[in-house]
Amino acid sequence: MIEHNDNSAGVSKEFIVFRLGAMEFAIDIMAVREIRGWTPATALPHAPSYVRGVINLRGAVLPIVDLAERLGFPPIEISARRVVIVVQIGSRLVGLLVDAVSDILSQPSETIQPIPDVASEVVKLYVQGVFAFDDRMVGLIRLDHLTPPSIGEAA
Amino acid sequence: MTAVDTMATIRQTFFQECEEQLNETETGLLALEIGEADAETVNAVFRAVHSIKGGAGAFKFERLVRFAHKFETALDRLRDHRMEPSPGVMKIMLRSADLLADLVREAQGQQEVEDARLQALSADLAGLSEDEAPAPAAASDEGDSFGFQPLTLSLDGFAPVAAMQDWRIFFRPMPDLYRRGNEPARILRELAQLGAVSTRCDASALPLLDAFDPNGAYLAWTIDLATAAPRDAVEEVFDFVRDDCELTIETVAAASAAKDEAANGDGLDFTPLTIDLPAPEAAATPREKPKPEIAKLETAKAEAPVSQTIRVDLERVDRLANLVGELVINQAMLSQSILDAGLPRACKAFDDLTSLEQLTREIQEGIMAIRAQPVKPLFQRMTRIVRELADMTGKQVRLKTEGEATEVDRTVFEKLADPLTHMIRNAIDHGLESPEERRAAGKPDQGEVRLSAAHRSGRIFIDVSDDGKGIDRARVKAKAVEKDLIAADAQLSSAEIDSLLFLPGFSTASTVSDISGRGVGMDVVRSSIQSLGGRISITSRPGLGTTFSMSLPLTLAVLDGMVVRVADQTLVAPLTAIVETLRPKAQQVHRLGVETRVLADRGVFVPLIDVGREMGYRDDEADPTLGVVIIVESEGGRRCALIVDAILDQRQVVIKSLETNYQHIPGVAAATILGDGRVALILDIDIFVAGASAHAQSPLAAE
Repeated sequence: MIEHNDNSAGVSKEFIVFRLGAMEFAIDIMAVREIRGWTPATALPHAPSYVRGVINLRGAVLPIVDLAERLGFPPIEISARRVVIVVQIGSRLVGLLVDAVSDILSQPSETIQPIPDVASEVVKLYVQGVFAFDDRMVGLIRLDHLTPPSIGEAA
Repeated sequence: MTAVDTMATIRQTFFQECEEQLNETETGLLALEIGEADAETVNAVFRAVHSIKGGAGAFKFERLVRFAHKFETALDRLRDHRMEPSPGVMKIMLRSADLLADLVREAQGQQEVEDARLQALSADLAGLSEDEAPAPAAASDEGDSFGFQPLTLSLDGFAPVAAMQDWRIFFRPMPDLYRRGNEPARILRELAQLGAVSTRCDASALPLLDAFDPNGAYLAWTIDLATAAPRDAVEEVFDFVRDDCELTIETVAAASAAKDEAANGDGLDFTPLTIDLPAPEAAATPREKPKPEIAKLETAKAEAPVSQTIRVDLERVDRLANLVGELVINQAMLSQSILDAGLPRACKAFDDLTSLEQLTREIQEGIMAIRAQPVKPLFQRMTRIVRELADMTGKQVRLKTEGEATEVDRTVFEKLADPLTHMIRNAIDHGLESPEERRAAGKPDQGEVRLSAAHRSGRIFIDVSDDGKGIDRARVKAKAVEKDLIAADAQLSSAEIDSLLFLPGFSTASTVSDISGRGVGMDVVRSSIQSLGGRISITSRPGLGTTFSMSLPLTLAVLDGMVVRVADQTLVAPLTAIVETLRPKAQQVHRLGVETRVLADRGVFVPLIDVGREMGYRDDEADPTLGVVIIVESEGGRRCALIVDAILDQRQVVIKSLETNYQHIPGVAAATILGDGRVALILDIDIFVAGASAHAQSPLAAE
């Protein structure tokens, strides 16, 4: 494989696209371990409000982060149709609660643009870029900043 | 597998074995030091050091080999009684064992050994090997089970060989030699490197094919060797097989004389066949090692039937343990579903479930038993620390250990070393007095530090005690006031003053020594013990000594817990911390200030803790008379009463870390997964109790 600069042509990445309210966001598919339906979580004391609690992922204790609330949007309304995307961040597994998964798509990296200046600081912190897809705009989530929800910033 | 991998594996095995040999060495030397050794002890030590040397040679760890050799030379003198295990000698020996251990670690790349230390000890060892007049080597015969060294033959006036010497070696491997993976061809090749060899194989013992035992040993060799190497070098070739073969090494002249076969004496070209057969008989006699009956009886424990063991990668055991944990959870989920399905109690499913439960529990106990290991190696490590500290402080210290066979899970074992080391240092540095002070106090010069372990009610108890001066409470209190840790007019009981030692940033030694005054205080010890789910307490009697007592769970994998409900949340309280549960009456509850309440329990006031509020599950105050109160006790015997809504169950739960994917939460020790598949949090009782005493100025149940 040839080395490319970030914005050079030819490299496509696959993304999982999901909805948060009316907006759409994407996560690099390489970070996604599995996608599962919502199961009730056990609340954690002294946790920031966007940490919905922990669930049992085949014997491991998995923290669930409400991604909408994390990005500063209203919290996700819990229903059985909600989806948890299990992602690996460093050595940790974290479940991201989203409204629904809408697509899996392949996107050439040169089509990813920097976030427009109008976005809020929170969004800029967790979204690393945007790209267009079928007239829709998709925000690309920057995983490494999402968690640990704790270290250094326990709200 | 590539050659590099293979090499790495062998290396790893070597280091594992070194660890065992080093333990053996230290155990043996310690036994010798206190005079509980027998003939076999020295041999065992010698063999251990020798094996390390041999292995190290194969990997070219030069420093290790050279030192091991010197050590071995000194041990050899001890072995054949040319030197007595006097205290002075044993001190050097023990230090040498320490250095040997360090050199092994150096070879692993874990630490570096200073040249000065190496040279100093090497010189000491050399001193040991020289100072007394050398006794004739022949004196070594009695009681020497290692024994087959027909040195007598070599004394026939043959000057130590500097010039070329002709040797005749008769070598008959026994089946064990092959079984241990030794290879005569390798030995023969090695001999050939010493000089010119001519080898004849005696195949006369070979049976016909139908009588042939594939595991048998039928061949013998007679080797004529012309070499300038000394006898030692020749013997060394056979070092690893000596016990598994018939072996004679003689000069050719001696051999000829001994056998009246004369022939052409001192040349290389004698007639071989005539000599081949008589040789075994000649060799057979000295092979019967004379072993005194008494020695046999005494060594009974050392030679107790060795149980068979296998080496298993720890990761595999851990994986198995995890899987069993899953099994326990799944089985709990299954019981739940069967219950939910509304089957009648009498149906077969329930019987089957009961036997499944039984089995799972047995499997789990089995796995735990595999991971359990005796605390002995840990205690042994402490003997070294005691030794070094005694040297550094000029105090005389003896370490007494008890209950070394007490077993504890590996997970706990590994985390015990640091706190234990610190407590030992503390005991010697702060606890014990100097010999002069001790004499003045009418105590023997030598102080004693005791380390004991025992199992009691599902926990392991470890005590570290010294017979030193005890805690100077006046000074501790003054120090605490000076450091603003307590109010100047605080009224504290003796036990409470002693507990001040556990406060962060507390250190009483007036001169900060470089031993225990490294900024790591007893508070660190306490928190590391607590993080293991353990407790530590301190008792001290002025002039008589101090005891630190720890109690720890036997494993960090499972825990017996009480499942409780608080504000619609399910929580688990560790059973070991629970003293009693009760439904309080209104008149037992007393308000003490706006936020705090206490519970009168048999005349003692215990702070009441509203778990639901502490955990942030609800805002309003719970009414204890509507729920249940669990009285828990933490380290130091402090109690508090936890208000919960209901007790649901009492069961064994598998401990799951919250830190793996999340982070530590105050008040929560860990998590577990219950029968319904949901995560439940395990309460950290000590935090609750500590929190209670922090914001409730209530009389505590002092023990």
